[in-house]
Amino acid sequence: MTDDPNPPGPGEAPEDRETAPPAAGVDGEPSGDREAEIAEAAEREQRSTSRHTPPPDASVTERFVAAITGTKVIVTVLALVSALILGALVVVLSDEAAREALGYVTARPSDFLGAAWSAVFDAYKALLDGSLGGVGQISETLVAATPLIATGLAVAIPLRAGLFNIGAEGQVIAGGMTAGVVGFSLSGLPMLVHLPLAVLAGLAGAGLMGWLPGVLKARTGAHEVITTIMLNNIAALTVTYLLSTNFVRNPTRSDPISRSIPEAAQFPRFPGMAGYRVNLSIFLVVALAVIAFWLLERSTTGFELNAVGSNPAAATAAGMSPGHAVIIAMAIGGAMAGAGGAAEILGIQGRVTDGFSAGIGFDGITVALLGRGSVGGTVAAGLLFGALKSGGRAMQAQTGTSLDLVVVIQALIIVFIAAPGLVRAIYRIKAADELGTTQVAKGWGS
Amino acid sequence: MGLVSTVTATSVQTSAGTIPAAQARRERRFAGYTAFLAVLTGAFLLPAAEGAATFRLNAGQTVATLPDLVVPVGPLLIVVTLACVAATALLWTHRTGGRAVTIVGVVSGLFVLGYLAYAVDGQTASMVGLLRGTISASTPIAFGALCGVLCERAGVINIAIEGQFLAAAFTGAVVGSISGSPWIGLLGGVLAGVLIAAMLAGLSIRFKADQIVVGVVLIVFATGFTSFLDSQVLSGNAQLNSPQRFSSIAIPGLSELPFVGPLLFNLTPLTYAMILLTIVLHVALFSTRWGLRLRSVGEKPRAADTVGIAVNRTRWRAVLLGGAVAGLGGSWFTLDSVGAFSDEMTGGRGFIALAAMLVGRYSPVGAFAAALLFGFATAFADALQILSTGVPSSLLRTAPYVVTIFVVAGLVGRLRPPAANGTPYETE
Amino acid sequence: MRLELRGITKRFPGVVANDQVDLTVEPGEIHGLLGENGAGKSTLMNILYGLYRADEGEILVDGTPLEPDGPGDAIAAGIGMVHQHFMLVPVFTVAENVTLGVERTSRFGRLDRRAAADAVRELAESSGLPVDPDAVVEDLPVGLQQRVEILKALYRDARLLILDEPTAVLTPQEADDLFDAIRAFVSEGQRSVVFISHKLREHRVIADRISVLRRGRIVGSADPRETSEQELANLMVGRPVDLVVDKSPAAPADVALHVAGLTVRDPEGRTLVDDIDLDVHRGEIVAVAGVEGNGQTSFVRAITGLDHLFDGDIEIDGSSIRGRSRKEVLRSGVGHVPEDRGTEGLVGGFTVAENLVLDQWDAAPFARRGSRDFDAIAEHARREVEDFDVRTPSIDTPVANLSGGNQQKVVIAREFHRPLALLVAAQPTRGVDVGSIEHIHASIVAKRDEGSGVLIVSSELDEVLALADRVAVMFRGRLVGPFPAGTYSKEAIGLMMAGADPADVTAEGAR
Repeated sequence: MTDDPNPPGPGEAPEDRETAPPAAGVDGEPSGDREAEIAEAAEREQRSTSRHTPPPDASVTERFVAAITGTKVIVTVLALVSALILGALVVVLSDEAAREALGYVTARPSDFLGAAWSAVFDAYKALLDGSLGGVGQISETLVAATPLIATGLAVAIPLRAGLFNIGAEGQVIAGGMTAGVVGFSLSGLPMLVHLPLAVLAGLAGAGLMGWLPGVLKARTGAHEVITTIMLNNIAALTVTYLLSTNFVRNPTRSDPISRSIPEAAQFPRFPGMAGYRVNLSIFLVVALAVIAFWLLERSTTGFELNAVGSNPAAATAAGMSPGHAVIIAMAIGGAMAGAGGAAEILGIQGRVTDGFSAGIGFDGITVALLGRGSVGGTVAAGLLFGALKSGGRAMQAQTGTSLDLVVVIQALIIVFIAAPGLVRAIYRIKAADELGTTQVAKGWGS
Repeated sequence: MGLVSTVTATSVQTSAGTIPAAQARRERRFAGYTAFLAVLTGAFLLPAAEGAATFRLNAGQTVATLPDLVVPVGPLLIVVTLACVAATALLWTHRTGGRAVTIVGVVSGLFVLGYLAYAVDGQTASMVGLLRGTISASTPIAFGALCGVLCERAGVINIAIEGQFLAAAFTGAVVGSISGSPWIGLLGGVLAGVLIAAMLAGLSIRFKADQIVVGVVLIVFATGFTSFLDSQVLSGNAQLNSPQRFSSIAIPGLSELPFVGPLLFNLTPLTYAMILLTIVLHVALFSTRWGLRLRSVGEKPRAADTVGIAVNRTRWRAVLLGGAVAGLGGSWFTLDSVGAFSDEMTGGRGFIALAAMLVGRYSPVGAFAAALLFGFATAFADALQILSTGVPSSLLRTAPYVVTIFVVAGLVGRLRPPAANGTPYETE
Repeated sequence: MRLELRGITKRFPGVVANDQVDLTVEPGEIHGLLGENGAGKSTLMNILYGLYRADEGEILVDGTPLEPDGPGDAIAAGIGMVHQHFMLVPVFTVAENVTLGVERTSRFGRLDRRAAADAVRELAESSGLPVDPDAVVEDLPVGLQQRVEILKALYRDARLLILDEPTAVLTPQEADDLFDAIRAFVSEGQRSVVFISHKLREHRVIADRISVLRRGRIVGSADPRETSEQELANLMVGRPVDLVVDKSPAAPADVALHVAGLTVRDPEGRTLVDDIDLDVHRGEIVAVAGVEGNGQTSFVRAITGLDHLFDGDIEIDGSSIRGRSRKEVLRSGVGHVPEDRGTEGLVGGFTVAENLVLDQWDAAPFARRGSRDFDAIAEHARREVEDFDVRTPSIDTPVANLSGGNQQKVVIAREFHRPLALLVAAQPTRGVDVGSIEHIHASIVAKRDEGSGVLIVSSELDEVLALADRVAVMFRGRLVGPFPAGTYSKEAIGLMMAGADPADVTAEGAR
């Protein structure tokens, strides 16, 4: 492989002898050499769109064009389309009328096709109407998207530092619980004090929940995927326990439900829209997204996280501290998930119940992967999955197709996103962004 | 090794000679842990000790009966406290002779015994029941860990064991219900495990996607799909979700031995299979041509390729075989343990299986031993729940998860995974 | 074996790696294949060995066409290859490695370890390459690992042996032993060898005939006995090459680096660096020669603040670095060109501009109050790209897309642009083309003349001799010297690299 002229793949660093590209030209006069070398590098650059971001000073239009012309957007769109097609197949196979018609499909194919079409059409129409069909539906979409954006960021930020945070669920639980405790155990405070206090408590509680696996990873090398999954279970069981204690449990109820949170600690709804559940927690998440963007794209800390995520050895050699970066990324990620928990508890539910997180932390994984770890992409993916979720509820109510279909579609989207090669093989696209997702598999060792 | 280091010398001068600094640091950390156990036992458990704990060693029909084991709780706890103190002293002064892990293991075991006696204090508990519970709970974990060993020894990280469990549990339940035979249900479960494995192999070997991402995605997929089908198809069709369970098979003669008979020779087919498979895979992996080639592919695929071993084909086979093994583990949930499928019933045991694989250092026998440890944590928590010790049951149920974190944090840094683990093989 | 390659062409996206290559190897011949890094030597051999498939052309083995579909076909045709990076499984034993793929088994596919070990021991002894078949490969020194690689080929009855840069990991004396084994291999006149190297001297010693490859084409062949090194070099590079580095005598000033009693152990307690004392003054170049794996990596990691676990003293400009982080060490005036720029020197996905501030990412003027200053970063990058002649389409090109030589120039530009007390450069020209080597050597000398202390660690004896004002040799964690340049001959230093005591080599080697 000594003379292998392929440039190293994205995410992996170039190696010395192995990948030394074909000799920089040495014949001819120096100026010719120079141009040949530059042309070779330019060509390689064109072929690999690996983490090629437009220059930081590029205008919004330039960025948009760069994004569209890359194959990533095409692959993403095709992943969505493919997932919806496979989802339709699942709907057909689980629809009773269609299944019956399938039994005599050779005799009367039109019956089957008609039944299948109506099942799919009804389901997807309900999905669309339920997410965007009116103010109420849009309100529900935003309500669903708010925590998803937060948990998406909770996964995306550590992803940039090379960590796979599967613990957003536990962090949501911890954040929601601490926000809830501060919410219901204080009273008589004005909203301007009480609400921020409860939110901060949520961020801190969840931040600690993220910090812990970060420290374990940095100090002992324990893989974050395992530790965060374990902490998810521990967090859920701990909340179950807390809901049985007199301090937390609502004394007027016998079921495991916490005391109610006073108005002063709840996110108010929009003025004049009291009938809709959408509330000001959305601004909390937007603000956090802006902060996350500054952090990852503009700050020195973000540069450190990105460097550690791409090549920890080079980052160490440059004087950065991977251990520090790992802890910071996980703690900040945890705090982001905490915002999701706080939005859910202080914005919607008004009290803590068993299993209130309802998988929004796990959804954050798919949101972040669909958003490819970028802040903008994560926000967009969060909105999309929020729409799928609120639409899915409408679909379940109207057509009886289970809400879990949405989870299946989400998983399918991510399968295609994780393996861009698969999408390209299906649609026969020739393109170059090998390994589209951040490479996080580095084994278990350290 | 961790990414953060605080000590700045390679070695530490101690009364017992010079030892590497990393070891010194670890021993100090271990000493903190044993000191904690000493305080816990001496200051909290010991004052509450009243009488004796009675452990029944008999169960079922055996040729002879053993007397009950009666343990005076107070004296036992004193012994445990002293052992913890002694271990702390040894660890703190670095007089461990390199056996720090063994010392910590022994002391942890003693503490668990002490706590058990404290919990049983004044009551009677069945030892056979506790240990049978351990073996039963460790069955899916061991299957999952064996699946992990197969995949990762061949260089493919399989984090999707949880997803394979769910898919197999669901399919096992449905096929078992329709066919009326747990054996046919088991076949269905195995095929479901293989199906998920094929998706993992296709995406990670053929399309070179990130293996950890793919693994998590497959878990999400399996969770969503089984939940979807559960609510869409199974709810309202109870006849599709009531498989007949495997019953225990007593081995004639051996099962009538006191204590060990009911413990080891009256198990379900899946548990026997787990024990047998552990031994077979251990021999196959380390003493056969098949195992040598499989390991070469996980350690240095290019070296294997240059001597004519088909790297990706070998990996495919290993992952599919692993899928079948995980399918056995998944079927345990519905065909051995519960007898009906419910959403997310695997409760993270696929991940505990991964931890068992790591603790077992990628060897089948080691993974099996580690699975027993995690199984014990589960059975222990179950037993304490019945004894009502005052510790709330939801907190007790965190035991296996807490143990997993401790073990992974304590051991994993000193592991040596297969060198090419997680790396797709590029031929050109 | 008579091997004939006709019109072999191999294209990679955007690059022609082999262009109409014709090559004939006669039975009993040792055929040298000479060329720079990236000239296409290994691509050609990988095609022959079935790892790549040629786009055009044919391969004839003893007149029969061979179209290898994988290494298995090449092995069956009697071709064996010793790769530059050994194709050995480190955790397997010697016997397991040699027999992998052609294992000896008893019933049920169980390995017959006894028979395998006996067969390997017998083969090793009969071919003059003794090695313990039960040893685990990773515990063996690289020289012995190479023997295992050769035994692998012999065990499969290779009649053509391809050796890819085999001497890179050997001391000059070990290389001579290897040459003896190669000559014995072809001595019966039936078997043949293709010997790949970029080292001119070796071709003149071992090859019967030399083919020179440049930018994927055969540009000529030569008789080693009738061609001078200078002529070969010109043929290989395509223009006259200056083989000497132009430098004035050193003007040593204050001590920049003071090392006393430095000992480094690995986590298992094995000694990697053994009680080293060394002073490097500002204004001089001290070069540490040594075969890789003799503790140089740990030594460099310790003195540059990457490894905090050491015993002894390390002082930079008179103050100890104990307890100081890598960042503090770098900022106190240490520059470090790491031996493996891919893993330690650069973040491949980052742009040229980002890599040029990798070690100053949070320092003024590149950052203010936690925010990065993109204007300052870009301006700095444009200046450095200009000054160090980095050949890149733009400063926003990911550095992974540059050639090896230009990647190294990015590292050099970053490490050299600020005032340094001490510059540590490990293998500074590895995998770099000749044009860039000249540029890098000149930059190192310029840095010395600026008043920095320079420590070079290199396994290339020619590089050590060209640059050093003082020379030290590292062997098994211990340091011999430093001696003023010229105290010992090249051969004497070669012997020290293999562990000889300087007192013993003076008699024969001093000049």
